Amino acid sequence: MNLSTTLSPARGSAAPRAKGRRARDPLPGFRLALGATLLWLGLIVVLPLAALAVRPWQEGASAMLAALNDGRMFAALRVSFQSAVIAAILDLPLGLILAWALVRTRLPGRRVIDALIDLPFAIPTAVTGITLATLYSPQGWLGAPLSRLGISVAYSVTGIVAALMFVGLPFIVRSVEPVLRDLPPELEEAATLLGARPWQIVARVLTPVLLPALISGFGLAFARGIGEYGSVIFIAGNQPFRSEIAPLLVVVRLQEFDYAGATSIAFILLVASSACLAAVAMLRKRAARGLVAEGAA
Amino acid sequence: MNALASSPSSDRRSPAEITLIAATYAIVGLMLVLPPVLVFTEALRSGLAAALASITDPDALSAIRLTLEMTAAAVIINTSFGVLAAWLLAKYRFPGRGVLVALIEIPISVSPVVAGLVWLLLFGTQGWWGEALNRIGVTIAFATPGILLATLFVTFPFVTRTLLPLMEQQGRDAEEAATLLGASFWRILWGVTLPEARWALLSGVLLTTARAMGEFGAVSVVSGHIPGLTETMPLHIETLYNGYQSVAAFSMAALLAIMAMATVGMRSLFEARMRREEPRKAETAGGGA
Repeated sequence: MNLSTTLSPARGSAAPRAKGRRARDPLPGFRLALGATLLWLGLIVVLPLAALAVRPWQEGASAMLAALNDGRMFAALRVSFQSAVIAAILDLPLGLILAWALVRTRLPGRRVIDALIDLPFAIPTAVTGITLATLYSPQGWLGAPLSRLGISVAYSVTGIVAALMFVGLPFIVRSVEPVLRDLPPELEEAATLLGARPWQIVARVLTPVLLPALISGFGLAFARGIGEYGSVIFIAGNQPFRSEIAPLLVVVRLQEFDYAGATSIAFILLVASSACLAAVAMLRKRAARGLVAEGAA
Repeated sequence: MNALASSPSSDRRSPAEITLIAATYAIVGLMLVLPPVLVFTEALRSGLAAALASITDPDALSAIRLTLEMTAAAVIINTSFGVLAAWLLAKYRFPGRGVLVALIEIPISVSPVVAGLVWLLLFGTQGWWGEALNRIGVTIAFATPGILLATLFVTFPFVTRTLLPLMEQQGRDAEEAATLLGASFWRILWGVTLPEARWALLSGVLLTTARAMGEFGAVSVVSGHIPGLTETMPLHIETLYNGYQSVAAFSMAALLAIMAMATVGMRSLFEARMRREEPRKAETAGGGA
């Protein structure tokens, strides 16, 4: 599942810019397609999001401030943001290794591994949730050996991080892989000939070149992580102030019929993930321009 | 000799390459192989008969039916409108086009829970129109219409997103020629544009299908969780799991995972096909210019 492509208009596309009267365009269907798109977009996306933007103000500014002045909400947001950051950071080296092995080694079973990397995209979140909760539970296949080492994963923030690592891993691999593929192996060969050790090649040669890809993979994984619900709630333990994620608190507030409380958390989540994805898109554009400029020079 | 990259001339792997391959197997094994293996092991813990019995239970069957119905409806609606939106954005340049592109992208960045919440703000008991609609006998929240709306929201961008780059690449020469020959809009769309974009269209439809079947958070918020009535497969998995019916939960999870993975697998086949056809298309385009 390619979640990283954006709907940016292709440069030099054959469609002409609208200049003057639309009636000159010989191609039929503009009005119909525009009408259908506006109707569909308006009903399914704009209307509900407008409700989200307007609703918090409906009961007055004081009600909204009261909703924001909620320690449990800040605790939940902190759990969500912290876990998402930690999971995305831990995924970086793992994703880099996988991307690298896929591109630069004669990996036996490459096609199977390539397909497996997209598994977290393919498996429904509820299935991921109960599976990871069972896997990391104190009696689970991974939970039992880990608990003998004194590490308990399930029903704590560690469990949240483990779940978000699973969900976020493909974002890192799929961001780094194409850049690594376009990178000439001669770069590494030259470094080797100049006497660099493998770890030096990683630190001094590859990481700087791959940095934009790593950051955008991190951003995508993080944006997904702060909103993630299904794969997390079964393993999280869901103790208020400790292991309760922000999306779960939205659900709790809704069950309490506290729409103002639910909406303010939802609004913060939406702004955070949108800002994060916008930053990733900008970074990508800049990186693409940089590569083009380098190639031309 | 490069320590990290393989070279076709050397048959032996360098120590660095072997380390890298071993690390890859360890990561993939622990993180990506164990979970699906566990799903099937847990499902078959009490034998195949028990697993099959639990997915043919009346509540389970009703959840499967509801999931299939909601998925079919979401795919039909979002594909029809998605194709028109892709056509609009690919074939014309007009003021405000960028805004439409950005708006279509929004649902991707929205948390599933928020995608459910927004519908309650409109149609819930305390929502803007919930009570008014209730009085005239229309229930949207905590009923199937709400589930459909939530599913439509989360699967909104996929068809347009997969079609748009390809349809932009196509340009509009063929469509303009068809217009000159007197073809109507629908004729052009069906006869000229979509056949060229069929693999991308299929890929978008399958992505929508996979996501619609598996959606949990958004649907969970608007569904009301009434077993046998408003529970889709993911919600039924949650109910079973929280009720300590582990075998039943994992049997349902295995079925849903098979359905989703088959859909995604088909999609990669079609995408491979699309890539194979692409160079040929570029050749013809180059020849025509």
